[in-house]
Amino acid sequence: MAEHYPALQVVVPLLAAPLCLFVRNGRAAWGLAVLASWTALGISLMLLSRVMSSGVISYALGGWAPPIGIEYRVDVVNAWVLVIVSTIGALVAPYALTSVEREIGARRIPLFYAAYLLCLSGLLGITITGDVFNVFVFLEISSLSAYALIALGQDRRALTSAFRYLVAGSVGATFIVIGIGLLYSMTGSLNMADLAQLLPGVWESRTVKVAYGFLAVGFCLKLALFPLHLWLPNAYTYAPSPVTAFMASTATKVAVYMLLRFFLTVFGAAFSFDVMALDRVLLPLALVAVVSMSLVAIFQVNVKRLLAYSSVAQIGYMILGLSFATVTGLTATLLHLFNHALMKGALFMAMGCVMYRVGSVHIDAMAGLGRRMPATMAAFVAGGLSLVGVPLTVGFVSKWYLILGALERGWWPVAVLVLIASLMALVYIWRVVEVAYFREFTGDQQTREAPWTLLWPTWALVALNLYFGIAAERTAGIARQAAEVLMTGIGQ
Amino acid sequence: MTLDLLLTHYNYWVVIFLMMVGFYILISRGNLIKKIVGLNVFQTSVFMLYISLGKITEGTPPILVDGYGEADVVYSNPLPHVLILTAIVVGIATTSVGLALAVRIKEAYGTLEEDEITGIEAGIEPAGEAGG
Amino acid sequence: MREEIIVRVGAKVLAPFIIMFALYVHFHGDYSPGGGFQAGVILAAAFALLALVYGLEEVQRVLPPWFVRGCAALGVVIFAGVGVVTMLLGHNYLAYNALAPDPTHPEHGQHYGILLVELGVLVTVFGVMATVFYLFAGRKGQAS
Repeated sequence: MAEHYPALQVVVPLLAAPLCLFVRNGRAAWGLAVLASWTALGISLMLLSRVMSSGVISYALGGWAPPIGIEYRVDVVNAWVLVIVSTIGALVAPYALTSVEREIGARRIPLFYAAYLLCLSGLLGITITGDVFNVFVFLEISSLSAYALIALGQDRRALTSAFRYLVAGSVGATFIVIGIGLLYSMTGSLNMADLAQLLPGVWESRTVKVAYGFLAVGFCLKLALFPLHLWLPNAYTYAPSPVTAFMASTATKVAVYMLLRFFLTVFGAAFSFDVMALDRVLLPLALVAVVSMSLVAIFQVNVKRLLAYSSVAQIGYMILGLSFATVTGLTATLLHLFNHALMKGALFMAMGCVMYRVGSVHIDAMAGLGRRMPATMAAFVAGGLSLVGVPLTVGFVSKWYLILGALERGWWPVAVLVLIASLMALVYIWRVVEVAYFREFTGDQQTREAPWTLLWPTWALVALNLYFGIAAERTAGIARQAAEVLMTGIGQ
Repeated sequence: MTLDLLLTHYNYWVVIFLMMVGFYILISRGNLIKKIVGLNVFQTSVFMLYISLGKITEGTPPILVDGYGEADVVYSNPLPHVLILTAIVVGIATTSVGLALAVRIKEAYGTLEEDEITGIEAGIEPAGEAGG
Repeated sequence: MREEIIVRVGAKVLAPFIIMFALYVHFHGDYSPGGGFQAGVILAAAFALLALVYGLEEVQRVLPPWFVRGCAALGVVIFAGVGVVTMLLGHNYLAYNALAPDPTHPEHGQHYGILLVELGVLVTVFGVMATVFYLFAGRKGQAS
C-alpha cells in the first residue's frame, strides 16, 4: 500500500466526505472526520519521512505517465506543507465536536463535517499535485467548501463575509486559470516539472510575463497579501470557531505554498527574481502588511478580528522571507508557514473555548477570565508569546531566521521593522492578557473552565509550539532543505 | 498595431472585452445578484479564452472517425475544452453557492444592496460585538 | 401552468425522451462528445421541466429531496471507489486497465473504467443539480 500514499493522501478525506452525508448523525459523521483526518496525518508523516530518506516521489494517476497524465509529485517542500495542513486538520477535527454542537444546528452537523473534509482534501490536493490545472480544481474544491463553512457562523455577518470571500476568491481563482491557460498556450504542457523544462525557452515572450502577472495577482488575493486582504478579517471573525482555527492555519499557508511552487519551481528562481523582479515587488507590500496590520490589530475590540489582522501581518512575514531571495529568507518563510499554523491554531482554539463558555469574544467579555478559565487563558498566553516571538517558542525561531535573512542581505532597516512589529504584537496580546488577568470578573457566576474535549487539542498545539521552539533544529533543518530545493529549481 | 493583427486575433479582443465588462459589473454594482452576474461574465471570458486556444484552423472536431490514422486529419486540440468543462462546472458551483448566500443575506438583512447592508452592519457594530 | 393542456401533455411526452437522451449522452460518451456531466444536467433538466409544469410537490413524490441529496454523495463514492478498486487490484489510482476481465487485453478496462467513473459523475451532477433546483424552487419567499 505504501506506494499509493500520494493518492490516498487526498482520497481518504475525499471519500470520507460523502460518507458523512450518508450516516446522517452528527457524532458518527464526527467519528468519520476524525478517522479520516488522522489517517491523512499519518500518511503525510510517512510521506515526509520517505521523501527525506529517498528523495522525490512521483505518482502517475490512472497509470498515465507524466507529462501526459496527472502526476502527484512529492518533494521536501510539499511533504512539509502536507504535514502542516494535516496536523491542523487532525487537531481541529476532534476539537470541532463540542464546539460545533454549540454553534451549529444539529441538522447541519453532518454537512459541516462533509464540507470540512472536502476543504481538507482540497488543500491537501493543491499541495500534492504536480499538475497546474489540477491545482485550480483542488483550489476550487477547498474554496467552495470554505465559503459554505464560513457561512455557517452564528452571526448574520458571517453570510456577508462569506459572500465577499466568494467574490474575492473566485476572482483570484479566475486570474489563476487565466495564467495557467496562457502558460499552456505557450508550452502545451500542464505538468509542473515539464513546464519548468519548457518555460526557459519562451521566457522572452510577453505571454509568459502576462501569465506571471495574472498568477501573481491571483495568488496574492488567495493568500490575503496586503492590500488584497480585505476579505480575510470578517471571514475569520464570524466563521464558527473550529472553522476559523482551521482556515487561519491552513488556507493562507497553502496559498503561500502555491505562490512558491509556481514562481520558484515552475518559472524558476532566476526568472522570478532576475527578470520579473518579484522580490522588489513583494518587499514593500510585505513590510507595509507587517507594520500596518499589526497597528490595526492593536485597535480591535473583537479578539477574533484582532487575531485575523495579526494573521495578515504574519502573512507579511512569510512574503518578506521570500522577498529576500535567499535560501535563509526562504527558510524563514517555510518555517513560519509551520510555526504560524501552530500559534494561530492555538490562539483561535483558545478563543473558541471562550466563545463556548462566554458566548462572546469581545475584549470586555474576557474580563477576569484568567481565573475563571485558567487553562484556556494560559493557552492563549502561550500562543501569544509565540506570536510575539519570545525565546523557547516557535515564533522566536521563525523571527530569528527572518532577521538572519535580512542581515545577510545587509537590510538592517528591515530587521528593525520586524522587531518593531514584534513589539506591536506584544501590545495587542498584552491588551487581552491585561483584561483577562487584571480585571475583575463581571460575567455569569456559572462560568467554568472549558470542557477537556476543547482543551486538549488547544493544549496539544501549545505543546507543539513549545516543543518545536526548543527542538528547533529538526524543523529548521527540513525547512532549509525545502528552501534549497525551491531555490535550485527542479531537476537539479 | 496593424488592422491585420486586430482581425486575426479577434478572439482575444472578445475575451478582453468580456473580461472587462464582467469585472466592471463586479466592482461597480452594489447589488449582490448583479455582482454574481458580473462574476459569471468574467468567468465566461476565460472559458472563451481556453476554447479559442484549442481551435486549429481547418481542424475537425476531435472525434474518432474512420479516416483516423490515415495521415492528414487535422483536429482541434480537445484538452483545453476538457479543462474548461471543469472550470464551467466550478463556475456553476460558485454561482449556486453565491446565489444561496444572496438568498440568506436577503432573509437576514432584508436587502441585497451592498451599501444598505454595510449601513446595517455599521449600525449594529457596537451592540452586536458585545452580544457575540 | 397546471391548466395548460398543451404544456402538460407536451412535458409528459418529452420527459421520457429527455431521460433517454441523457442516458445516450452518457453511454455514447466514450465514442462521441458527451459524458457524465452533460448527461447529469440533461437528466436533472427533465425533472426540472416536470416540476415547472406539474409543480414541485408532484416531482418530489417521485424523487424525494433526501434521495437526490444521497445521489450527490453516492456519485463521489462511485468515482473515488473505482479508484480504490483499481488500487486494491494492484494498479495505480484510477488506472482503468486493472478493470479488464481479460488480462490479455487490458485496454478493455479503459472502457469499463471511463463508463463507471462517468456514471459517478452523472449521479453526482444529477443529484447536485436537482438539489440546487429543489432548494431554490422550494423556498417560500416573503417578498414574492
